[in-house]
Amino acid sequence: MTLFKSLRVRASQGTQYIADLREAVPLGFRGLPVIAGEPCPSECRACADVCPTRAITLSPVTLDLGRCVFCDECVPACPQNKIAFSPDPRMASNTRMQLSVREGKEELVRARASATFCQLFGRSLKLRQVSAGGCNACELELGALANVNFDVQRFGIEWVASPRHADALVLSGPLTRNMAAAVQLAWDAMPDPRFVVAVGACAISGGLYAEGECIERTFLERVGPTLYVPGCPPHPLTFANAILDLLGVA
Amino acid sequence: MNASVVVHTVTASALPVADIKAWRADLVSKLQSGQRLLTMYGRPADDEVVITTVLQAEDRTLQVLRTRVQAQLGYHALTSEHPALHCFERELHEQTGLRVAGHPWLKPLRFEGQPQAAMNDYPFYRIEGKEVHEVAVGPIHAGVIEPGSFRFMCLGEQVHHLEIQLGYQHRGVERRLLQGKPTQLAPLVETIAGDSSVAHTWAYCAALEQLCGCELPIEVEVARAVGLELERVAMHLATLSGLAADIGFLQGATSYGRLRTTAINTLMRLCGSRFGRGALRPGGVGLRLSAELVPLLLANLELLRNDLAIINECFVTAHTVKHRLRAVGVLTHERALALGIVGVAARASGVACDARDGMSRGAYQVLPVATCLAKEGDCYARALVRIAEMDVSLAWLSSILALYPRWDQPRKALTALAPDQLVVSMVEGFRGEVVHCLETGGSGELVHYKVQDPSLRNWMGLAIAVRDNEISDFPICNKSFDLSYCGHDL
Repeated sequence: MTLFKSLRVRASQGTQYIADLREAVPLGFRGLPVIAGEPCPSECRACADVCPTRAITLSPVTLDLGRCVFCDECVPACPQNKIAFSPDPRMASNTRMQLSVREGKEELVRARASATFCQLFGRSLKLRQVSAGGCNACELELGALANVNFDVQRFGIEWVASPRHADALVLSGPLTRNMAAAVQLAWDAMPDPRFVVAVGACAISGGLYAEGECIERTFLERVGPTLYVPGCPPHPLTFANAILDLLGVA
Repeated sequence: MNASVVVHTVTASALPVADIKAWRADLVSKLQSGQRLLTMYGRPADDEVVITTVLQAEDRTLQVLRTRVQAQLGYHALTSEHPALHCFERELHEQTGLRVAGHPWLKPLRFEGQPQAAMNDYPFYRIEGKEVHEVAVGPIHAGVIEPGSFRFMCLGEQVHHLEIQLGYQHRGVERRLLQGKPTQLAPLVETIAGDSSVAHTWAYCAALEQLCGCELPIEVEVARAVGLELERVAMHLATLSGLAADIGFLQGATSYGRLRTTAINTLMRLCGSRFGRGALRPGGVGLRLSAELVPLLLANLELLRNDLAIINECFVTAHTVKHRLRAVGVLTHERALALGIVGVAARASGVACDARDGMSRGAYQVLPVATCLAKEGDCYARALVRIAEMDVSLAWLSSILALYPRWDQPRKALTALAPDQLVVSMVEGFRGEVVHCLETGGSGELVHYKVQDPSLRNWMGLAIAVRDNEISDFPICNKSFDLSYCGHDL
C-alpha cells in the first residue's frame, strides 16, 4: 500500500526543477527597478519623501538597491509615472557603489570576480548562512535555493552546517548588537580563503533598521562583503544569478 | 468597522485607573473566572509605570484594565498562580524597570538595552548531579534559520529541562515604530516577522483604520483575507516540509517544498512579493486581481488541493512518520491552557482558539472557517492540524473567489488619527494570534505601539513539551511548533 501511495506522489511530483536559472523570469515579481529618463517637475520630491529607507536621491533620480525594500510606495507617488519595477531578478553586484539604478540608465554592471577567485570556488562553493536580525524572509528564500525547484546543488553550491566547512559567510539581517559576537565567532571559525555575502537590504545597508540603537555593524566595516544581493527579501533567482555571475559559471 | 478581524477601541482617558492592589485582585478574579489574558504591557510615565491589561471573556469580548504604580514599588508577581503571565511580567520588568516581586523566573526576555556581553551571562537553570550533563546549542544553528540559544539538562539521552535564551534578533522594532509617521509604517511592520507579514500588517492596518475612522468595502476585506490564507497555506507547507526532512521522509520534504513554491508564487502574482510585501496598506490593498489572473489563481488552488491530498495520504499514513511523530513532544491540554499557548500549538492540544472564528461581519462572516482541533498535543497532532488547516484555507479561498472575483478598489487616504484612543487588534496568523495595541495621545500622536507575536507565549510551550523526550527528538519538536525568533525578539 505504502509503495502505491509513494508512486502516486512521484507521479504527481513530475519534474520540478527550473531548467535554466540564468534565463528564468519570475512572473509578477517586483524586481529590478526601471526609471524613465524624462525630466521631473521642478522641486518634486514625492518619490524620495515616501521612501521608508531613503533609498532615492534626486537629480538625477537614483535608486540605491542596497537600501530599497521594494515596497512599491514610490511608484504611485511619482506624478510622472517614472518609476516601475520589472520582474527581472538579476541585480546583484560585487561593489556597493554599483548597486544603484539611475534614471534613463539601462544596464547594471554584473558581479564578476577575478580568475583566481573563480578557480578557487567555481566548481564547489560551501555556504554558511548566519541570520543577525533577519526576519526569516531572507532565510526562507535562501533555504529555498536548495529545494527541488531551484536546486543550486547542481552547480556544486551547498549550505553547510558548520562555519568550519564553509567558503562564504552569507549574512542576512541588519546585524543586531546581540548577534555581534556570534557573527565574529562564525567568521573566525572559517578557514581561508573565505568571503562574505550580504543578503537583503538589512544586511547591505541596515535597511529599515539603519542607525538603530540595537544595531552593531562594525563587523562589515572590518570585513567588507565580496557580493551584495539586494532585495527584501531577494528572490532565490537573484541570489543564484549573483553567485553564478560572480563565479563566471554558466 | 474592520469587521474581518478583532478590533477593540476604548477612550484612553476614560479608562478607570485602578489602584495597584485593586487591579491585581480584579485581574486574579477575572483570570480565575475563566477569562483569558490577551496581552499585558507597560509604559513609563515619570517615575511611575502605566500597566495595560487586555482580557478576553468566553464570549470573546475584550476588556481593558489599567493601573499605575511607582516603578520601585511594583506589585507581587502573578506568574506563580498563573504561569501564562510569565512572559508578560518579564517583559514588563525588562522594558520599564518595574519591580515585579516574587517572580519565579524573572530572566531577560530579549536583552533590550543591555550590552552585548550580557548575552553570555544568561542565568541558565542548572541541575546538579554526577549523571547530569548539559548540552548547549546555538545561538547559530546548523540550518538556514534564525538564532537562539538552547540549553538542555539531560540524564543520558533524556531531556530533564530545556531552557531557551532568546534576544539575539532584537532590532528595537517597537521603538522604531514610534519614530516613523504612523500612516507609513507598513514596510516596517512587514518585517516584524517576515514569514507573517500579512498577519502583522493586517493587525496594523486594522488598528490604524479604526483610529482614522476609515471603513473599507468588503472586497478589500476579502482581498486581505486571501493574502492571509495564502500566507497560512505557504507557511504550513514550509513547516511540514521541514518536519518531513527532519525525520528523513524525503518525499514529504520535496513535495511539500515544491507545493510551497506554488503557494508563494501565487501570492507573488497578486502583489509582487512571495512574502506578501506590499499586499496590505492602510486604507486598502496592494493585491491586484486582474481578470486574466482569476483562472490562474483558481488553477493553482486546484493544483494545491489535488497534489496535497496525494502527499498528505502518503505522509500521515506512513508507518515511519507515525512512529517518529506520535507521542513525541507532548503538550497536554492542561499545560497548554495553563501556559496560555495560542494558535496551532494550542489547537493541537485541544484548546479551541482561533481569532477568525465567530466574526459577526467581514470576510470570515461571509464564509466562516472551521477551527481545526486535535487532542493528543504531540508532534503528529500539530502536523495533522496544519494539514487540516491548509485544506480548510484552500477550500475557503476557492469559494471566496467565486463570490468576489473582483477587488479593484482604490486605496483610501487616511486622515488624522483620533486623539486619546487605545485600539487593540488581533489577527489569526499561521502561528496564532498576532496582537497590536496602538494608543494615541492628546493631539493624535502615537504614544505607544505594542506588538505581540504568538511566539512570545509559545516558546515556553516548546520548552515544556520537550521534557522527558530524547534529546535527538528536539529538532522535530522544534519544527512542529515552528516559532518565530524575530517575532519574539522584536
